Order: sequence, then structure tokens, then C-alpha cells
Amino acid sequence: MGEILQQLVNGISLGAIYALIALGYTMIYGVLRFINFAHGDVFMVGSFVAYYTATAVSKFFPVGSVPAAIIIFLVSMVFCAVLGATIEFLAYRPLRIRPKLTVLITAIGVSLFLEYLSQLLFGATPRGFPEIISNAPFYKSKLVTINTVQTVVIITSLSLMLVLRLVVMKTKIGTAMRAVSFNQQAASLMGINISSVITFTFMIGSALAAAGGVLYGAQYPSIDPLMGIMPGLKAFVAAVLGGIGNIPGAAIGGFIIGTVETFIAGTFLSTYRDAIVFAILIGILIFKPSGIMGKYEAEKV
Amino acid sequence: MKPQFTFLLVFAALAALSFTMGAVDPYYLTVIIFIGINITMATSLNLINGFTGQFSLGHAGFMGVGAYIAAIISTYLTTHGMSSDGVSGILVLAASLLGGGLFAALTGLAVGIPSLRLKGDYLAIVTLGFNEIIRVIIQNVDFKIAGTHYVGGARGFAVPQLSTFLWVYGIALVVVYFVENVIHSTYGRGFLAVRDDEVAAEAMGINSTRFKVKAFVIGAFFAGIGGGLFAHYIQYITPDNFTFLKSIEIVVMVILGGMGSTYGVILAAIILTILPEALREFSDYRMIIYSLLLIILMISRPQGLFGNASIKKFLAKWKTGTATN
Amino acid sequence: MLEIQDLQVSYGQIKAIKGISLSVPDKSIVTLIGANGAGKTTLLRTISGLIKSKSGSIKIAGEEITSCPAHEIVKRGIAQSPEGRMIFSNLTVQENLKMGAYLRKDHANISKDLDYVFNIFPRLKERISQAGGTLSGGEQQMLAIGRSLMSKPRLLLLDEPSLGIAPILVRTIFEKIVEINKNLGVTVLLVEQNARMALAIAHRGYVIETGKIVLEGEARDLAENEEVKKAYLGSG
Repeated sequence: MGEILQQLVNGISLGAIYALIALGYTMIYGVLRFINFAHGDVFMVGSFVAYYTATAVSKFFPVGSVPAAIIIFLVSMVFCAVLGATIEFLAYRPLRIRPKLTVLITAIGVSLFLEYLSQLLFGATPRGFPEIISNAPFYKSKLVTINTVQTVVIITSLSLMLVLRLVVMKTKIGTAMRAVSFNQQAASLMGINISSVITFTFMIGSALAAAGGVLYGAQYPSIDPLMGIMPGLKAFVAAVLGGIGNIPGAAIGGFIIGTVETFIAGTFLSTYRDAIVFAILIGILIFKPSGIMGKYEAEKV
Repeated sequence: MKPQFTFLLVFAALAALSFTMGAVDPYYLTVIIFIGINITMATSLNLINGFTGQFSLGHAGFMGVGAYIAAIISTYLTTHGMSSDGVSGILVLAASLLGGGLFAALTGLAVGIPSLRLKGDYLAIVTLGFNEIIRVIIQNVDFKIAGTHYVGGARGFAVPQLSTFLWVYGIALVVVYFVENVIHSTYGRGFLAVRDDEVAAEAMGINSTRFKVKAFVIGAFFAGIGGGLFAHYIQYITPDNFTFLKSIEIVVMVILGGMGSTYGVILAAIILTILPEALREFSDYRMIIYSLLLIILMISRPQGLFGNASIKKFLAKWKTGTATN
Repeated sequence: MLEIQDLQVSYGQIKAIKGISLSVPDKSIVTLIGANGAGKTTLLRTISGLIKSKSGSIKIAGEEITSCPAHEIVKRGIAQSPEGRMIFSNLTVQENLKMGAYLRKDHANISKDLDYVFNIFPRLKERISQAGGTLSGGEQQMLAIGRSLMSKPRLLLLDEPSLGIAPILVRTIFEKIVEINKNLGVTVLLVEQNARMALAIAHRGYVIETGKIVLEGEARDLAENEEVKKAYLGSG
């Protein structure tokens, strides 16, 4: 019983990070109808920015203090928001009216570029991530131990999701995002500048991925330039599971995938866990492409 | 010239050329061999991605299946009394490649059928998923027969060296010959029809599902053989040889060559095999340059560097040129 | 208000509009009638900047807008209620209307205009927090017109407001168009297949056939024109 509970806690705190990445996938898919393959790499960049910011900030605040953590989060999120907008502007915008596959291949190119550029800049060997959030037990009982970092991961993720929900549902730009994701032409007839909305979406999505990157580094303190690939793909699976384009779906999908993966990791199938996640993806796409929350939208030919 | 005749002529030339390979520096020979294998890989993927319009990001998975099955067969045969030299070696490799190819084709069938309901980037992601599943399975398989390790999980699998220049290029020639002839046959137009307009193709009585599955099965068969050749050349394979990054590499060859242009794809396979080697001096930058080129190419020339039209024009010019001379 | 000079639009090789000139005087209702595929919708989409023209010029109150992107054209005071209505199904009625006022900053007046829309289309008020996709065809049409009014346009482009709507509602909607034109002083360019209704409320009319204007004149005269009667009014 205790072990199951412990796995659940671990799974949810991993899932919270997948959820943050998945939100970006799903939002970008919503406005542009394409899979931003490079999204996992933005998450990786988020981790590295946090790593360097932590070093710089440590001159003013002790690593592990609340102000240091806040600064690290903000710097990383802002950096990646700008990075996301830049990627969209340089690589994807010229392809707006091209076939989706051209855009997908470009996205793969961007992904490889970020990975190799990071290898050049940061080296290929993994680095230890500073303990920006304490990993001492926050709550301990006979049954289960919850670390501070896990608590922070879960609370931060949930708060960011709440903020995102407010932005999307209650603000003008958020409503514009939903309008654009439904029908771009109609949106432009409202006077909505589609490009600005897309830029905004990339910024929000990338900032969330960066937050995920910081939390990931804090929770699994070893980072390297290829660290974004697997979490990125799994978050994508989470987004598909929740119904791509569906924001609450992506969050729920993230928690499910994180939990499922953690539970599998605790069994004899441990070494198959990546394969099982992909099997889930294939299963959903084939049997219920709309995901658990989404409405299926036939691909326009 | 009749295609059969061209085929024989090229094969004879390759056979003659193979005698000079002994004198080639081993490093260059390796590059030459990899070019041949990549031609097989890219041409077979072109059947799926270029000619049939399906987007597979899992070709390295089929390659991996072929490599491992072929390696299992050759290891079994060579540890059970068959020599890896001479005629016996030829038989061993032939059996291994055939086994690897057939098994990869079966995998292609297994991947192709469920994936058919999907299109575009979803299909790409699902084939990538299959690729990773195959890799993870290989990583978890390890067994012993009569004291010899097979597959070897993540550690890797030692394989006898059997692939030669003539094998690699002979197979590449067969694949190119096959794909070109199938595509230009009345029957093979079905692949192109499915790519160009699935609805219209169906209306003309073409069973598009069947063509898509066929493309996957044939493409996977050749990819499996390519994997077998690869394994029996480098002599040590690990699951990491067959990640989706390898698939992307092959996809880039097809794209650079101009989807659906066999000669363009061959040219791209040659260039993209040599390019990283040529850039080895700048090894820190080469993959960055590579990825940037991919992005720039997609933005400026999505039809590929050597799109169908340009190659044909070039060949036509060349032909008329020689005719008037 | 709107001046179009020798406008040409092509889809690839196909010429959809082959040199159209027309003018819509300030505060008038002008209708453009013609068969399916004559180029009516293409013309409206070009005015709104959704399609780029090949040549010619479009001016609003003397200002050239020919190469402006769609969202800039809304800024110049042109709103469109498009063919097929294009309601945001995933947004509520209120959100749809607010999207109409996307570019406006005068919040006090926005709520006044919202009241005006609810006043002319009370049905929308009843459905204020329903998703746009759940409305009936007629209600969606009202919403589309209401939404386009929310940008406080000088010129309103209406594309087939009668399409797919119960006849009784068509009458209401046309009455509202007249009301909007009279009370708000909004200039209207109305594209219609229902020529009888359109000519009844319009001041001027143009007849478009395969990308060209073939007839123009006072709406009253067009309604009496023998050719128009034969081709578009279903009587000989």
C-alpha cells in the first residue's frame, strides 16, 4: 500500500512536468495545426538557462532560497518565451501556407539545431543541476514521503495551469487564441492579427516548457543537451491522449502518462516503459484519435 | 537501351570495380560502403515517402529488425559448422539478408496496417513511435545458444563480417532497378495515384489501402536487407544504431533528393554520406550546419535540391547532347 | 465610401474577377446580385483582404487599402459578415460579439453597442452564454451580423445573409439590415442570391456574371429590368 502511494506521488510529480510541456504542444497545435517537434528542446534550453542563472544568482541569494528560485524561474521562462517567438518567426512563419509535412521537417531541423548547438555550447556530458529547491522530505509518514521539490513541482505546475486557464478563458488575447484556433480567416475578419496571436501562443507555450525544464532539473538533477527528446515525446503523447488542441486534456494527459510511466518503472516491465508510452500513443491515434477529452476533427485535405 | 541491359551493364561494371576495392584505403572503403547502404535505405524509403506520399519516420526500425535478424541467422549458421569464407560465406549472407528482409517486411506489414488510418504528421509520429518500440524491444532481448550470445540487449551484438562492395552495390542496384521499374509500370502508377489524389485514385478503382501497405512492406523489406548489409559490414551492432535519429537521416536524404526522384535521392544519399565525413575537421559545427541547411532548404526549396524536374531536364539535356555529338 | 477600380483576382490560372469597377456611396445600401460562382464572395473576400488581388484598386473613403492585410482593413472601418457565417463555435455568444470589438479600446461604448445588438436581435441575449456552435442557422446569422457591427464599421459587407435560413427569419434579418443602415448610418454592401429581397431594400444594385459587372443601376430600375427578372427574379 505504502509503495503504491509513493509511486503515485512520484508519478504525479513527473506527470506535472509532462503536463507543462504538453500544454505547449497542444496550444501550438491549436493555432497552427502542426506538431512542434522542437518543443522538447525548448524545455531542455529552459533547464540550461536555469543552470546558468542559478550560478549567477548565487552571488546575491543563496541557492535554495525562495528569491533565488523565483529569479531562476522568471529568467528561464522569459528567455524561452523569446526563444520560442524567435523560432516561430524565423523558421515557421515563412512556411505558414506550405504543406504541414514541410513544417514538420523544419521543426525536426530546429530540434536538431537546438540539440547540437547546445552540445557545442554546454558540452555533451551531463551536468549536475544545483539544488535550487530542497529535496529534503517535506512530509514523511510510514506510508509515504513527499519531498519539498515534489511539493513545489506539483504546486507550481498546478498554479501555472490555473494562470493559463485564466489567460485563455478570461482575457481578450486568450479569447483571440481560441478564435484563431477555431477559424483563422474569421479571426482575421475581426481585426485579429493572426501572427501576433501565434507569436503570443509560442511565447506562452515555450515559457511553460521552460518552467517544466527548471522543475525537471530540480527533481532529476542531471541535465544534458539531449534531455528534451524523451520528455518531449512523452509530453506529446500526453497531449494526444488528452485530445490534441484541448488544454485541460493536455494537463490531464500529462498526469496520466507520468503516473503510468512511474508505475511501469516499478514493475518487471521497467525497461519497456518508453515502448509502452509509445504503444499508448499508437493505440490512441488508431482507436480514439480525438483523445479522452477532445472532439475529433477530420483532417482537411 | 532496355532496362534489363542497363542493369547487366551496371552490374558488370560494379563487379569489375569490386576487384579494385582491395587497394582502397579502409577508411574510404567504409565511406563507399555506407554510401551504398544509404542508397538502398533512401531508395526504399522513397517508395513509401516519395512515391506513395506516406510519411514514415521509422525506417531505421525496419533497418534494425533486418540487421538483427540477419545477424542472428549468420551467427547461428557460422557457429553451427558453416564457414564464413568463399561460397559458404555467400550462402550464409544470402540467407541472412533474405531472412532479415522478410522479417522486416513482416514488421512493415504490422506497422503499415494499423497506421493506414493516419495521415501526415500523425503518421510520422506513429512510425517514429514504432521505431522506438522496436529499439526498446531489441534493447531488452538477449539470449544464448550453445554458449554464444545473441542480440545482446543494450550491450550490442558481434556479427561476422560478410558484406562486401559487390554485395552492397549489387543490392543497391537491385533496389534502384526494382523501384524504378515498378514505378514506371502501369501497375506501379497506382502508388503515384495514391500520393497525388487518394480520392481520385479510389474513384478509378485503385485500392489505395493495398498500395499503401505494399509500399510499407516492400520498403521495409529493402530496409531490412540494408540493415543486414550494415550489420555484416560494421560487425558490431547496438540498438543505438537504429534510433529515430537514423530514420530522420534517411528522411533527409529523400527530401534533399526531391521526394519521388530516384536519381535525386541517390545523389542525396551520396552527398549526405560524404558531407559529414568531409566536415569531420569541423566536427563541433557539422551537425549544426547540417540542421541549419535542413531548415533553410525547407524554407527555400521544399521540393528538394534535385527535384524530379531538374534531374530529368539535366538528363534530357545530357542525352540530346551526346546524341548530337 | 467604397470605390473599386478595375479589380482583377485570380486563383492560380483561373480568373475569378475580370476587371470589376463599382462604387458604394456613403450611407447607402448597395447590392451585388448574381448566380453561384459569379465571383460575389471572391469580391467581398478581396475587399476584406482575405484574398490578394492581381491588379486594380480598392479605396475606402479615398484611402487605398488594396494591399492591406485583413486585420488592417478592419481598422479602416470595414467589417464583414462572411459566407457560411463563420461563427466561433467554441466561443460563447458574448465572446463572439466581443471578438467583433477586438480592435476597440472604448470600453464604455462597447457595452453600449452590445446592448444595441441585443436590442435588434433579442434572441442573442437569451443565448448570451451559450456556445456559438449550439445556435440555429438563423441565430448564427444574427450573431454574425451582430459581431460585424461590434467593430463599429463604416462599411458593412454582408455575404448571403439569407442562405440556409427559414424564410420568416430572412424577412426579419433584412428588416434589421435596413434598420442598421438607417439608425447607425452604416454603409452596406450586400451580396445576395435572393435578388428580390436584396433589390427591395437596396438603393443601388450591380449584377455580376462570371467575374464581370453586366448591369448596374438604381435598385428599383433593376427590379423592373426584363433580363434581371428573367434570370434572377424567376418571372418572365
